[in-house]
Amino acid sequence: MSVEFSFDDRSMTAHPGQSVGAALLANGVRSWRTTRFGGRPRGLFCGIGVCFDCLVTVNGEPNVRACLAAVADGDVVSTQVGDGHVASATERGADLTSDGRGDERD
Amino acid sequence: MSVTDPHFDVAVIGAGPAGMSAAATAAGHGLRVVLIDSGRQLGGQYFRHPAPGLTAPWLSKLRHGWSHFEQLAARIEASLRIDVLFEHQVWAIEPGFTVRTDRGPIAAANVVLATGSYERVVPFPGWDLPGVVTAGGAQALLKGNLVLPGQRVVVAGTGPLLLPVAAGLSVAGAKVLGLFEANPLRGYAKHPIPLLTNPSKLLEAADYARRFVGNRVPVRSGFIVIEAQGADSLEAVVVARPDGTGRRRIPCDALAIGYGLAPQIDLGLTLGCDHTLLADGTVALRVDTDQRTSIPDFYAVGETAGIAGVQTSIAEGAIAGLVIAGDRTGLKALRRRRDRQRTLADVIRTQHPIPPAWRDHLTPDTVVCRCEEVPAGAITEAVEHLGATDTRTVKLLTRAGMGWCQGRVCGYAIACLAGGGTPTDLLAAAKRPLARPVPLGVLAGQDQRNN
Amino acid sequence: MVIGAGVIGAACALYAARAGFTVTVVDSGPVAGGTSGAGEGNLLVSDKEPGPELELAMRSQELWRLLAAEGLGEGFEYEAKGGLVVAATASDFSALRAFAAAQEAAGVIADEVAADSLAEFEPYLAQGFAGGFWYPQDAQVMPALATARMLQASGAELFLGSAVTGLLTSGDGAVRGVRTTRGEIPARYVVNAAGLWSAAIAAMAGSALPVQPRRGFVLVTEPLPALIRHKVYSAAYVSDVASSDAALQSSAVVEGTPSGPVLIGASRERVGLDRTPSYEALQRLAAQAVEMFPFLERIDVQRYYCGFRPYLPDHLPAIGPDARIAGLFHACGHEGAGIGLAPATGELIAALLVGEKPQVDAEPFRPARFEEVEAA
Repeated sequence: MSVEFSFDDRSMTAHPGQSVGAALLANGVRSWRTTRFGGRPRGLFCGIGVCFDCLVTVNGEPNVRACLAAVADGDVVSTQVGDGHVASATERGADLTSDGRGDERD
Repeated sequence: MSVTDPHFDVAVIGAGPAGMSAAATAAGHGLRVVLIDSGRQLGGQYFRHPAPGLTAPWLSKLRHGWSHFEQLAARIEASLRIDVLFEHQVWAIEPGFTVRTDRGPIAAANVVLATGSYERVVPFPGWDLPGVVTAGGAQALLKGNLVLPGQRVVVAGTGPLLLPVAAGLSVAGAKVLGLFEANPLRGYAKHPIPLLTNPSKLLEAADYARRFVGNRVPVRSGFIVIEAQGADSLEAVVVARPDGTGRRRIPCDALAIGYGLAPQIDLGLTLGCDHTLLADGTVALRVDTDQRTSIPDFYAVGETAGIAGVQTSIAEGAIAGLVIAGDRTGLKALRRRRDRQRTLADVIRTQHPIPPAWRDHLTPDTVVCRCEEVPAGAITEAVEHLGATDTRTVKLLTRAGMGWCQGRVCGYAIACLAGGGTPTDLLAAAKRPLARPVPLGVLAGQDQRNN
Repeated sequence: MVIGAGVIGAACALYAARAGFTVTVVDSGPVAGGTSGAGEGNLLVSDKEPGPELELAMRSQELWRLLAAEGLGEGFEYEAKGGLVVAATASDFSALRAFAAAQEAAGVIADEVAADSLAEFEPYLAQGFAGGFWYPQDAQVMPALATARMLQASGAELFLGSAVTGLLTSGDGAVRGVRTTRGEIPARYVVNAAGLWSAAIAAMAGSALPVQPRRGFVLVTEPLPALIRHKVYSAAYVSDVASSDAALQSSAVVEGTPSGPVLIGASRERVGLDRTPSYEALQRLAAQAVEMFPFLERIDVQRYYCGFRPYLPDHLPAIGPDARIAGLFHACGHEGAGIGLAPATGELIAALLVGEKPQVDAEPFRPARFEEVEAA
């Protein structure tokens, strides 16, 4: 039995009960977030939900801790850019981006 | 299980060894207990285990004292008096007590804080590269998911956790290129008595050492990682003696690093519990011989009272459970066991300080606060030119420690860089008003309206 | 010599230095260790009724603009972002309209915004507000940085971690310095800008300044894009500010920051210097913010902080010479408006030190007014 999920449009598999972060690492992905100011790549760091460095967007929901969240069948996981709110809102079709001002600080 | 039950005799926060022991003991004496954890399983970090169906031939070799876990888990699962609430994040505890979670408040007459610890890491150039993980993080990844952080791994830092981490990674198939312990370990020889009265600890250590030899992991003491190199992920680490001599570059794809564990006590500090500064610069809640904190009916067990190993945690959980239940039988023996373990832990603590030389290897652009991307140079400017003479002011002026993790990761470093690591600075680094981020909707009380 | 390294002390130091004085600043704690480090950095004219405080605020807005133009502002995140005050009901709206008309007569720019135009200012504002007023002069700074940068620019010598234990006077009763826990510091003039602790300093001079702490909480969210563009608050805030009730009042003041988090104030209560978290205050602030911006419901609060405003019973600061001791001046009791009022306060103190006619009438701020009330 395995779990199928996608990461930035790539199909991947994982074992049920694995965390999103573990599943990504097992598939050779080492980073899944870029920072707000420097645009630097980040991935797993503390592994126990304390450091919030492994934040990722799952099914349009930003700021999910990859080390804690269990990966589920059909999950759409995507690289989180910056604070995660602009891109994730676009994916959800939500109305948080209508003015496009989210880019101003970058 | 009923979340809406208005009142419990005991709320135990954290389902690791200490919390499980407290819950099982209290419920065994007829008390109504709620055991709350942010994760999805019993066991906490120490007894972290993969989901059912996920296994590997070497899994049993990662487990120490597993029978303790099985016994505690069986007692909890068999008890009708324990409500276990997984995936509940506790963000504050109000006097009285109201335990505030992201899924609504829980009322309890007594609280046992068993929230364990998190790892201390000090910054060095490149430590924010993917591939650099905490030692405990590497272990959690392995124990809970059977996944390695990399194939060619360096283990470094200081403290007793490094040995099992290196051994586990090696057993699971990683090439462990070296274990670099920052401190020379000769000091244990000066304290022979606690070691002799704790034979189980000695055997455990010997067991690890044997496995090491078998897997040929080179161990060096007196070395620290002074730099991590790589473009978009880790490609190599540079290790050296704290003074920078003996420099060596080791190509690798993962670094597991840890400078010891720090008690996770923000819930207790915000409530107003007294605290104590330990020899390694960590802050723990102050407890009496019955695990009582300075707040009546509020207990701290296991690592919240200072890092002291799994046996201590289990003993202290049982002590708190008995004391709350009002049963003093067996308390004496438990206290003796706890005291023996704590004496040993205090010795170990003195042997694993963070070498102050970590500061010498920072460059002005080394990220100190990973969340807010605050470089060492900005902190120096605040201290030297803007009158920031303490942790709080450095945080205010630079935003260091103000991000998602609320300074859990960089707090120790900021305390050292700002005020030279005075007790006031170290305490300021341990305090945070919310133990977890909480959605405005939950804070607004909508969780209660919706139920 | 200025007692207090908060924003008021920093402004007094800056303008005194510019008037030609050699300045030292002494504080028992660090820079911005009291109210200055615990506020949102509001530079508001919108919440002030016509009168001396508004005059001081108007002059301050001008000075903040000048400081920013000097290049100092980049160091403290100066944003001339404007404020939007929204009214929940038609009667709130008409009260706000009358309030704004009086302000306009005093020189404040206040533009009426009809209900259906509110979204042009704040696209994520909840539906259903009766209308609002737009105050383009409202601005914001990062208060701790503003304090630190003004102190830096003043060139003052700083004695931090040095608590004042007494005033030194000469035979004729004039001040000649202060005694601190780290020794005596001589000075010709002493400015009491000790905020919450200014009553204690005044007492050392034998004067009485009834400064009391008025507690407030501010919620800080996770970093967000610039979804909230201005300072947005409800018309009820103005009456909360003006109230003298000791019990808890709260009305949401919501604003984004250049670094990402949204700040949500403001609660007010007089409970002494008690830092015990008030979950009732936090809950009310959260609920009011979500009512105003529904999308905030799912946004995380990462922390909150608690601060104390130095409150004087008539809601006006005390700025000017002490009634008893020659050479001693007070600049304190700015309550929650100290950041906004700081530069004009500093300028006023500098003018009084030199003996020039100040830009703003100093009469209403006379520190002696409280003793006169007592005597009467």
